[in-house]
Amino acid sequence: MSEHHHHDHDHSELSETELRVRALETVLTEKGYIDPAALDLLIETYETRVGPRNGARVVARAWSDGAYRARLLADGSPAIGELGFAGRQGEHLIAVENTPDLHNMVVCTLCSCYPWPVLGLPPVWYKSAPYRNKAVKDPRGVLADFGFELPQTTKIRVWDSTAEIRYLVLPMRPAGTEGWSEERLADLVTRDSMIGTGLPKQPHEVA
Amino acid sequence: MDGGQDMGGVPWSGPVAPEPNEPTFHAEWERRAFALTLAMSMPGGWNIDMSRFARENRPPDEYHAMSYYQIWLAGLERLMLERKLIAEDEVAAGKSLHPAKPVTRILTSDGVAAVLHRGGPTERETTHPARFAVGAGVRAKTMNPPTHTRLPGYVRGHVGTIERVLGYHVFPDSNATGKGEDPQWLYTVSFNGAELWGKDSDPALDISIDAWEPYLDPA
Repeated sequence: MSEHHHHDHDHSELSETELRVRALETVLTEKGYIDPAALDLLIETYETRVGPRNGARVVARAWSDGAYRARLLADGSPAIGELGFAGRQGEHLIAVENTPDLHNMVVCTLCSCYPWPVLGLPPVWYKSAPYRNKAVKDPRGVLADFGFELPQTTKIRVWDSTAEIRYLVLPMRPAGTEGWSEERLADLVTRDSMIGTGLPKQPHEVA
Repeated sequence: MDGGQDMGGVPWSGPVAPEPNEPTFHAEWERRAFALTLAMSMPGGWNIDMSRFARENRPPDEYHAMSYYQIWLAGLERLMLERKLIAEDEVAAGKSLHPAKPVTRILTSDGVAAVLHRGGPTERETTHPARFAVGAGVRAKTMNPPTHTRLPGYVRGHVGTIERVLGYHVFPDSNATGKGEDPQWLYTVSFNGAELWGKDSDPALDISIDAWEPYLDPA
């Protein structure tokens, strides 16, 4: 079980991988199969432009605008597309709503499927064996690993993304945020709250 | 195929370990491996299901011994070697030693935004009605194909309920083998925790998968 240990890999192993990637990039560039500038742009896109801030804007809009929330829950992709978010690993998006009686959690037990246009690339724990083992069998145990628990009466619904449908959790709007702007609300929306392994921040946690 | 990637419900392997303020990548080579993988699918001509199969079709111990982007890298190398886009001696030498294989197109920087925006939608025009309706009982087949599949082991043989009809989508089991897209109806099928895990399951737990019609029998 390596993924969550991969920082512990010894230096020589990392170096070997590093050298291999460098060698590959050189070979592929020399052969004319790749444009190194396109690689830089791909990396920059996912490091700086596509991330959970996008999803937070969707959630904040849904919290603020009942008609938008209804559209989002009826058909995720077009509603999310209204905010300009679409494309690779988010071609077919579905939003699932948390309520006082129901908590949703998303996993991909087979690999790492994750809604890139709204959340960016998945964190290491999401791709790790422990999460993929446990989320479908003991999701409350996963929540405990993340430091919180839900009432035993709250039903838990786990969505295993086994096809090309990608799921976004719409968390519950925290109390005490009446009259907040969408921008302020978006600051409460954490990445983990949109996966279902966390809850939004409370108003006192943001300035 | 049955491999190390099929991790749902397999025995506990330790707590989930979130990393505070985790960066998008943990090393420069991860950045490059990620981008190489995305960029090479265009000249390489493989699809996402072929990519997944190339990553997964290896001994489970090998799969588990690699980090995530090492698996991506291993899959990418396999796809390129199989198609003779590169040769082993070139990776070892760190330079091109043989003539390039002609490719129809490559990903250039001015094409990146459009390619990412377009993505790879898998829904196709329907040719016949869906076999199952919302609310129908279905049993996930017991099957262990030697080739690619997206039916996780932990639901095989178990009874669930059709919860959503998701449309008509490219069938990975076929698409991964190069035999074509062979689209099939896709459903969200939900299972009660006790059905999958027995009497010790959390009583307030439901789990769903997205399953293509050939994975399901009426229950």
